[in-house]
Amino acid sequence: MLEIKINGEARQFPEALTVAELIALLGYTGKRIAVERNGEIVAKSQHGSTWLVSGDALEIVVAVGGG
Amino acid sequence: MHQLTIAGTAYASRLLVGTGKYRDFAETRAAIDASGSSIVTVAIRRTNIGQDPSQPNLLDALPPSQFTILPNTAGCYTADDAVRTLRLARELLDGHPLCKLEVLGDPTSLFPNMPETLKAAETLVRDGFHVMVYCSDDPIQAKMLEEIGCVAVMPLASLIGSGMGILNPWNLRLIIDNARVPVIVDAGVGTASDAAIAMELGCDGVLMNTAIAHAKNPVLMASAMKKGVEAGREAYLAGRMPRKLYSADPSSPTAGLIGS
Repeated sequence: MLEIKINGEARQFPEALTVAELIALLGYTGKRIAVERNGEIVAKSQHGSTWLVSGDALEIVVAVGGG
Repeated sequence: MHQLTIAGTAYASRLLVGTGKYRDFAETRAAIDASGSSIVTVAIRRTNIGQDPSQPNLLDALPPSQFTILPNTAGCYTADDAVRTLRLARELLDGHPLCKLEVLGDPTSLFPNMPETLKAAETLVRDGFHVMVYCSDDPIQAKMLEEIGCVAVMPLASLIGSGMGILNPWNLRLIIDNARVPVIVDAGVGTASDAAIAMELGCDGVLMNTAIAHAKNPVLMASAMKKGVEAGREAYLAGRMPRKLYSADPSSPTAGLIGS
């Protein structure tokens, strides 16, 4: 069981996931997003090789309207 | 006429616009097209997990291939949050280093917290960002930001979203006269004459959002702002006539009047 926080919300997943697999599960593949894991940026090139572990805190962001 | 040049890149327009507070992305795009702006600001926010991920994205309406996207740190109250936000923004925008730093002091005035702003600027400049910085209209702190290595200083003309116009032209002039980087008025412009006044003072550009987005007709106001900025810039370059406080000076010849 993988227990992580995504954008402040606790989420559980039945099996181990990479960042890329999580992005696919959330429907964000190919979208312009950025991922931070435990305060550090996970570069796009690392999404496929970065395994999530229980206790990880992720931030997934997009660009929105702003001044 | 010289173009606005920031961190070595020249931009066709001296008007920079925000993308907030519009009804939808179609209106955002129409207003930005009417403004002629090439630099547009965006905010960075959490994705809505669980919401339909196929919803349209702002950057589909404003592709980074057509616009210079300027990510901001709106809503950040500490240097650390601002730095984190811009690192995410740089990742989001494929390494693009230009950013707008703003560290706010309180939610009522949205006035900048200058100690935190200076701290964040130092970290970001060291980290390779090209920092355009929202700041108070204090000429000393504006100079400090320039000395840290910020690529543009962006003092407020009045409070963000207030539409109160240029409240302290003297401070802006002190900043402009001292600066060796572009000075861009950020915040407070309400209508086209405010933009023209900022440019007549010698500002290098004006950044605005609410004045356009909350006009009754945002697309028409965007066009008016474009002209206001251009008119103000030309008037600044032309050099205004001196003010004569206590006497008139007729425009028509005083000689050759009939019956004399």
